[in-house]
Amino acid sequence: MPKKRTEKKTFRLGEFLIERCIQGVALISLLFICLIFVFVFREAFPLFTGQAKEPVAQADVGASETYGEEPGAALTVDHPELEQKQEPFKARHLLAKEWQPVSLNPKYGLLPLLWGSLKVTLVALLLAGPIGIFAALYTSSFAPRWAREGMKPVIEILAGFPSVVIGFFALVILASLLQRFFGFQYRLNAFTGGLAMAFAVIPIIYTVSEDALAAIPKTLTEASLALGATKWETALFVVLPAATPGIFAAVLLGFGRAFGETMIVLMATGNAAILTASLTDPVRTLSATIGAEMAEVVFGDIHYRVLFFIGALLFIISFGLNAIAEFFVRNRLMKRFKGI
Amino acid sequence: MTRSKGLVGRLVVGFTGACAFLSVAAVVWIMATIIWGGHTHLTWAFISQVPSEGMTEGGVFPAIVGTFFLVVIMSLVGVPVGTITAIYLSEYVGRQSKMAQVIRFAVNTLAGIPAIVFGLFGLGFFVQFSGNSLDKIFYHGALHWAQPNILWASLTMALLTLPVVIVSVEEAIKTVPQDLREASLALGATRWQTIRKVVLPGSMGGILTGAILAVSRGAGEVAPILFTGAAYFLPQLPHRFTDQFMELGYHVFIMTTQSTDVEKTLPIQYATTLVLLLLTFTLNFSAIALRARIRRRRVAA
Amino acid sequence: MAENENDLKITVRKLNLHYGPKHALHDVNIDIRANRVTALIGPSGCGKSTFLRTLNRMNDLIDSARIEGEVKVDGEDIYADGMDTVDLRKRVGMIFQRSNPFPKSIYENVAYGPRIHGMTNKAEMDALVEKSLRQAAIWDEVKDELNKSALALSGGQQQRLCIARALAVEPEVLLMDEPASALDPIATSKIEELIYELKERYTIVIVTHNMQQAARVSNDTAFFYMGRLVEFDATEKIFTKPKEKQTEDYITGRFG
Ligand SMILES: Nc1ncnc2c1ncn2[C@@H]1O[C@H](COP(=O)(O)OP(=O)(O)OP(=O)(O)O)[C@@H](O)[C@H]1O
Ligand SMILES: [Mg+2]
Repeated sequence: MPKKRTEKKTFRLGEFLIERCIQGVALISLLFICLIFVFVFREAFPLFTGQAKEPVAQADVGASETYGEEPGAALTVDHPELEQKQEPFKARHLLAKEWQPVSLNPKYGLLPLLWGSLKVTLVALLLAGPIGIFAALYTSSFAPRWAREGMKPVIEILAGFPSVVIGFFALVILASLLQRFFGFQYRLNAFTGGLAMAFAVIPIIYTVSEDALAAIPKTLTEASLALGATKWETALFVVLPAATPGIFAAVLLGFGRAFGETMIVLMATGNAAILTASLTDPVRTLSATIGAEMAEVVFGDIHYRVLFFIGALLFIISFGLNAIAEFFVRNRLMKRFKGI
Repeated sequence: MTRSKGLVGRLVVGFTGACAFLSVAAVVWIMATIIWGGHTHLTWAFISQVPSEGMTEGGVFPAIVGTFFLVVIMSLVGVPVGTITAIYLSEYVGRQSKMAQVIRFAVNTLAGIPAIVFGLFGLGFFVQFSGNSLDKIFYHGALHWAQPNILWASLTMALLTLPVVIVSVEEAIKTVPQDLREASLALGATRWQTIRKVVLPGSMGGILTGAILAVSRGAGEVAPILFTGAAYFLPQLPHRFTDQFMELGYHVFIMTTQSTDVEKTLPIQYATTLVLLLLTFTLNFSAIALRARIRRRRVAA
Repeated sequence: MAENENDLKITVRKLNLHYGPKHALHDVNIDIRANRVTALIGPSGCGKSTFLRTLNRMNDLIDSARIEGEVKVDGEDIYADGMDTVDLRKRVGMIFQRSNPFPKSIYENVAYGPRIHGMTNKAEMDALVEKSLRQAAIWDEVKDELNKSALALSGGQQQRLCIARALAVEPEVLLMDEPASALDPIATSKIEELIYELKERYTIVIVTHNMQQAARVSNDTAFFYMGRLVEFDATEKIFTKPKEKQTEDYITGRFG
């Protein structure tokens, strides 16, 4: 007779429990990631259903913080004569041109903040974009081996600078230097903030561009060189154009980083919510507004909700930019520059 | 051969080289300035003393301790959770399965969200929602948990650094050869035994790298703790989860923007920034070195 | 081969395996006798490893693999619901094409299996480690340096260590996937001797590209071609008067 065994699946309790625990923890990770989305939007949502509380009239109306010089812009204008019944909040109020959340007649126009963010981001990209891209081109096409090897850790160190360190540097050194050099009217302004931001953006643009350039197949360069093109012609007219999608992604990601960064702009832009064309005026960005005002707001009132709405905006914008950038570069690259 | 013919060629190489040089110069400039400005004030007394005279004198001891507690609590939560999530992703669900893709997409998204949004989440979810719930259940609504504190700040930071850990560990787990997993399973090991005895020992370096990078990131970010727990001035050290705390980055921020006498405290600002810089620099550098060693080993194998 | 049923260790019926869209095994039927050596031969990519890995369900680890049909070990369907792969693999050990020792000491490599199956007694473990290393004909070479890293051994030694590691679990069946493919003739002959001795106690299924090796060590030989089992018979018959033309072409080397 063949030996007959009853080999039923052995139930291993330890194994089962551990597997469940691991799965549970992974799902909790996922849950929290989803919760961020849910909570930021949930807190902003009542703005649009008209359920946000009316602002409580506050005694110390002028307590809003501004760091750096006050450019004399009407940040907290009181209108004592306007103490009539306030108009309930409407979504269209967000499109107004004034941001005066702490006053008797609060205004929640996001345009100056959006404009401020764009100004700073633009300056940062105009500076960091070319520097990052060309530095990457240099290391991938021209640099001797030692320079190429040396660049990587240096860029990683730059990426590792805490943003308050860059903010501090901008506030204490850059601002005075630039003011002396260019004769800016205000020490802290969009340009100074943008320049400081460039330090934070260079590593991203450099890393992603470098990856894109390095991914260009050797055969392409060799073909060009074989046709008699010089090294620089090949780099500029063959390699660089071929890496365009990756470089475009680099710029998008740089944009996202600059747009969402808080501490640098909070410290180096002057924080005045004004809507002017000049790059040398102080500005207040969306992110800095949250950073400066969230600690002071009354839980659940309109101001609170509007700040969460700004957070939701930042969320959506960074999400969108990431999605587009991801479309242009392979997933693998994405992980590297996110400081991971 | 690096021969570039003609003037244009030399200009192109020169210009791109200058861009590379500028990036390096920026790093050197920032570091040199801060070291130069801060090293004289960075004494033992500065490190071991509490701020005094309305924070115009004294040291940054509570801020150092606060930062330490912050990153410790953050790591105690974030590193295990991140590691386990990475294990789940790479060992339990197929790498290409729907579940893995969903989690990976979520982690990727998380990595791209601005730090300040985490601060908002920390305030909305931890401080308000969780805090209020705890107070209602355990304290009949008396205020204990529903205010910024070191636990909420640490949890917020743990969430911010979660992608760093997950990606780092996942990358390390990938370097463990499939052959070894098969060898273990063929000997009749269960999945968990294989993970514990083969996969985890093989990815220890990656877990450590992830932890260091997370700590460095956590020590450097200020935006997430602005309204979840950091305190302006608090000479006594935090000793309960419900305490607020001072933190180095936050201290730099308030000293430069809200100090009563910005000129007079400049040396303190420099020295505090230097402490923060040295801390993150050391951490990053060891992570970079460790990762390089792991990569070398992988190439050698 | 009208065998007594009792002598059959593994019976395979209508086994089909797909890797995604690729049909890697077609309707394989085979009877593997207990305490005999069965050799699997065939050109590269014909599915020998794939087939071997279905016998201890290692293909479960490959997401794209889909398996139909019946594989019985000791009369029990190993793909039936409720079959425990951990218990199965304890009984059906495997030695891989590429030697894959753990990055641990020699001792720890051999002790790995017994330890996960609950052996804790040090003296018992020492004895088992020695016995397994002796069986794998490597004891004399390593007995003085059991705490040395297994990765410091030569390729042939590593492969014999892997055999010792598999033997330490005391399986009934040993699946060997080209165990000597990366070895020099001396190490190869050691392994062949080893197989010869092991068949006293184990049922062995071995994949090989070496016709002489198959002829030397095996009792039965199966010839695979493009995912099909073309011919299966006593080794003697396969090598002297194969029924199929394809088999003859292959063993006489008239085949790519
Ligand atoms: N994991 C896998 N996914 C998809 N296809 C696979 C996988 N493993 C093997 N195959 C395919 O299945 C077929 C059989 O492969 P198998 O490894 O079994 O061949 P083999 O006979 O062992 O070859 P060799 O003698 O070279 O080891 C091959 O065509 C191979 O490409
Ligand atoms: Mg094979």
